[in-house]
Amino acid sequence: MSGAVTMQQALALAGLAVVLALASTLVSLLAKRVPATLRLAATPLLGLAGLAALAAGLIALALGGTVQTTLPLGLPWLPWHVRLDALAGFFLLLIGVVTCAVGLYAPAYVRGFEHGHDSLTALGGFSGLFLTGMLMVVLADDAFLFMVAWELMSLSSYFLVAYHHEHSANRRAAFLYLLMAHVGGLMILLGYGVLAAFGTGFSFSELRAAELPPIWAGVAFALAFMGFGMKAGLVPLHAWLPEAHPVAPSHISALMSGVMLKVAVYGFIRFVFDLIGQFPWQWGVVVLIIGCLSALFGVLAALLQTDLKRLLAYSSVENLGIIFIGLGLSLVFLSTGYRSLGALAFVAALYHCLNHALFKGLLFLGAGAILHSTHERDLDQMGGLLRRKPWTGLFFLVGVLSISALPPFNGFVSEWLTFQAALQAWQLQSGVLRSLIPIASAVLALTGALVAVTFVKVYGVAFLGQARSRHVRRARPGPWGMQAGQGFLALLCLLLGVFPTWVIGLIDAVPRAILGGGLPQAGAYGWLWLTPVSPQTASYSGPLIVLMLAGIGLTVFWGLNYLWSRGAPVRWIRRGDAWDCGFAPPSPRMQYTATAFAQPIRRVFGLLFQIDETMTRQEDGTLRHRLHIGDRFWGLLYLPIARAVESAARRVVLLQSGSVRVYLGWTLATLVGLLWIIT
Amino acid sequence: MDNYLTLPGWVLAVFQSCLYIALAPLLVGWVRKVKARLQNRRGAPLFQAYRDLYKLLAKEARVAHTASPLFRAAPYIVFTATWMAAATVPLLVVDLPTAAIADIIVLVGLLALARVFLALAGMDVGTAFGGMGASREMLIGALAEPAMLMAVFTLAMTAHSTNLSSVIDYHLVDGFVLRPSYLFALGGLILVAVAESGRIPIDNPTTHLELTMIHEAMLLEYSGRHLALMEWSAQIKLLLYGTLIANVFFPWGIGRGFGAAALGLGLAAVLAKLAALGAVLAVGETVLAKMRLFRAPEFLNLALLLSLLGLLSHVILEVGA
Amino acid sequence: MNLSLLPLLQQLVLVLAAIVLFLSFVLLAQNRLISAIHAFAWQGALVAAVTTVVAATGHIHHLYFSAALTLALKALLIPWMLHRLVRRLELERHTESLQSPTLVTMAAVALVIFSYWLVLPMIQEELTFTRNIVAISLAVVLIGLLMMVFRTQAVAQVLGFMSMENGLFLAAVSATGGMPLVVELGVAFDVLVAMVLFGVFFLQIRESIDSLDVDRLNRLRETGGDQ
Repeated sequence: MSGAVTMQQALALAGLAVVLALASTLVSLLAKRVPATLRLAATPLLGLAGLAALAAGLIALALGGTVQTTLPLGLPWLPWHVRLDALAGFFLLLIGVVTCAVGLYAPAYVRGFEHGHDSLTALGGFSGLFLTGMLMVVLADDAFLFMVAWELMSLSSYFLVAYHHEHSANRRAAFLYLLMAHVGGLMILLGYGVLAAFGTGFSFSELRAAELPPIWAGVAFALAFMGFGMKAGLVPLHAWLPEAHPVAPSHISALMSGVMLKVAVYGFIRFVFDLIGQFPWQWGVVVLIIGCLSALFGVLAALLQTDLKRLLAYSSVENLGIIFIGLGLSLVFLSTGYRSLGALAFVAALYHCLNHALFKGLLFLGAGAILHSTHERDLDQMGGLLRRKPWTGLFFLVGVLSISALPPFNGFVSEWLTFQAALQAWQLQSGVLRSLIPIASAVLALTGALVAVTFVKVYGVAFLGQARSRHVRRARPGPWGMQAGQGFLALLCLLLGVFPTWVIGLIDAVPRAILGGGLPQAGAYGWLWLTPVSPQTASYSGPLIVLMLAGIGLTVFWGLNYLWSRGAPVRWIRRGDAWDCGFAPPSPRMQYTATAFAQPIRRVFGLLFQIDETMTRQEDGTLRHRLHIGDRFWGLLYLPIARAVESAARRVVLLQSGSVRVYLGWTLATLVGLLWIIT
Repeated sequence: MDNYLTLPGWVLAVFQSCLYIALAPLLVGWVRKVKARLQNRRGAPLFQAYRDLYKLLAKEARVAHTASPLFRAAPYIVFTATWMAAATVPLLVVDLPTAAIADIIVLVGLLALARVFLALAGMDVGTAFGGMGASREMLIGALAEPAMLMAVFTLAMTAHSTNLSSVIDYHLVDGFVLRPSYLFALGGLILVAVAESGRIPIDNPTTHLELTMIHEAMLLEYSGRHLALMEWSAQIKLLLYGTLIANVFFPWGIGRGFGAAALGLGLAAVLAKLAALGAVLAVGETVLAKMRLFRAPEFLNLALLLSLLGLLSHVILEVGA
Repeated sequence: MNLSLLPLLQQLVLVLAAIVLFLSFVLLAQNRLISAIHAFAWQGALVAAVTTVVAATGHIHHLYFSAALTLALKALLIPWMLHRLVRRLELERHTESLQSPTLVTMAAVALVIFSYWLVLPMIQEELTFTRNIVAISLAVVLIGLLMMVFRTQAVAQVLGFMSMENGLFLAAVSATGGMPLVVELGVAFDVLVAMVLFGVFFLQIRESIDSLDVDRLNRLRETGGDQ
């Protein structure tokens, strides 16, 4: 009995989160008069909403139950259904964590906007609505509320992308985002339509009961995969993402990349794993292949960028690719009857969702901190920031190590789990699947290694070395609030890497609820040992790794610096100029830039991109190097569609005669036609 | 799980880890000696590498004004991560607790951790050579890491385990079986080992030309004990790859119990195998020339192809349905 | 199928067949003609070795003869002829790289998986050994054809053609214990004649268009076009 009561409380907490987010919107209306409202009331309310969502998610995951209710809103015959189960709880947790960090970070960050001419009301108001939309998508239990919340999320984030609208490039990015979001929304709507056509209504419980013939199930799957994949930025529907995410204010970028993309993953899981429920293995292969393409393309594109926030956005494409590799593996295993292996891959994908939210949020907040104090996004102008912003540098390093999937941080655990799932492919009956899945894991391995290259480039160029421009040289450590936000996420990155058994114990409620079976053996040997399949197959002990790394490292340090030095005749450390093989003293301009660092990779993988590189000699005898890296998908996919739409529009323009009566005539004809069709 | 975590197991694990750092300079000395003999030189004494390390450890460390704290922390991190990675590879006996703490994927991850910090340290002072070395090292690493993972996945899929002890156990139980997949995995792993430990034809550990350096270019700013740790971890890495190849593909002789006889036999066997591998490496380095940097991707693509063919031939030829 | 239960000689056949497949990849991606000819010679030698091992395991005596024939023809005579041809055409230092070697290699990997998929319906347990070898042989044939598609150099195309023949021979030997001797002799003779004809053709082509790039033969198309 008490369990049911606490599930109710979880739902109430989730409701409180929505109310707080809406309150943040309302408070922001005052920001036009009193600019400090945004900093003192609106963003803290956002953080509190995050905290409430976090608590609700934790309770829902810990209890693993389900609670639902209807709201007295919506259409007369279709009230809004709300439901909180383990899956929704997991994503509430994910939204809540990042929002908490943003709530800590944003007050100091938005202070920089108080003296600008952009509307603070718009920033605060749409941030609140954006969070409301995301929370409601996760809580929705019918297609109608889901679509309303989905559109609320898309529209409000459009206004946030267009926030710095004085640059035409930003307006263009925002328009592209709006366009793609709506095409995606349309596909999702059609997907629900297909389900509803075979069901009895629009609530999820009715959709779940719908009996679909295989062909229509395939159509629904294709629509949902395209719709949610578009929002998640999967290749080749990713073009809007690297344009839109970087131009929003940094804490919003963190929310968009860290959280909104996961809401798309949530939609996909809810639609395919929960609502359709039955799938052939071919879907899994499709998801797997698209995931591989996204992962590889995303990381290569990220590697070639020099704009820090754009680079992070491309890296989101890559991480979503990894998540979908996990989901594809899960679909393959589930459809061939290996439920526990399916659960393993599913847990790996969810774990990576959470990890990506944490480290991508952290990295975007770090990029925002750099932007805040230097007004610089171009890596080639940065350098030496570690000594000027030591805390940001430390937290960013944690983010870099996490995203590069290095032990003992969190990114490593989810990739390790994905590998473990892929390595169980030998159990499958089909020989083709047995040979395809290892190739997918090869792609995953290559991706992981390239991510490390990308982020070594970022960290080495931005935080190490010497400053390459004047305003970067004058960078100062940011306000404590911003550092606290990053520190919170960095700490979680470490904890999730060191104690994976606890995290999996929590996540495990989701596959138990959705797939009907979890991973009981993962923590069977205590919290110290992660054994996803069996201890003979594989085991990993995060705590012991950390203990040994720290223990050995400190022992070596102590031994060499104190024990060994006793009685040493010379001074133990001496500072001097850089040696650099005795050449002229190195100047900041002699350092490797981000472009130079990526040059070997550009040469190896150049075919995948449209690279336009020229060297011209100026009149004063200096050489000028121009490099432009284009996305091949623009020429292959988007421009032909745009041209086709334009030429179609040119035909339709004949209808536009300018006379009101002609328009009314068309209206009449349409009305008559529709009525005729209905009868 | 419990059969790993016994007190003698832990003691032996510590002993084996210490053996790794103790033996690492010896292997390098051996390779140098054989190479010198092949080139009709007498060469430095076998224990020269130890003397070099001792000398470096006793010298003061010089650090550039522009270096950040990361520069001074990196040698310790690189050394520790490489050492821990090595500790997971069974050297004398199987069934040690270290193999349960970290499986073969963690091993690759720990090596990647060391590589990332090495590259970051190279970029820290802000010299041109450091950045150059870091960029090249990361390129090689990015192509070598998937090849290595594919090669070890071939082993893992055959033995149905990513635990190195289990893999070796499986082969000892199975006896001598000719597996095409292992042949390819062995080829791929040897190429990766050559590339990752910075040997000819990818990198030349004895080069003095800054523009052709990869690994050494990142260490140019290091001196004293920092340099000693960096050199030492490179030597441990070479020993790690040698042991991995020797004990996984030719596991015979490795101890399966914790008795003195098993340990002695294991030590003798692994020393003999490593000596043979070292001689092969020396011959290879003598007959081959260093490649241009942009030939290196071809070399590593070959490694990737071999590992991939290893996986495929495992699926096609060895499993069947 | 459990590999460790097979007799050692059959394991050896598998290993040799896998190396034949690997050499197909080497042929496909090899830039230098001379090295490609060497790879081809090794492939022939390995096919001969497979034949010998199959002869030894099955006690099929006429297979010893075809092994010797293969060795003489594929590993020695034809590579020697190609070698001489290349020297006469002064192509020893000729290199030719594929447009995008990675993509072609990936295509070849896809062909391997495809051939495996094709033979999967043979599911009788006692046939798995044969089936797997047939998959490899089919892959060798398809990769040979792929090589002929993507290589522009005529000598390289001949190598592709010959390695296709290697694949067919491998399939015949391992699946059915070899073709009847008469057929085998006939095929060997055909290959030899083909080789001689290729040689004559190359010299002629070289004399008339001063190149062995088959893309230069494009003007032989029906519509004639601009030239």
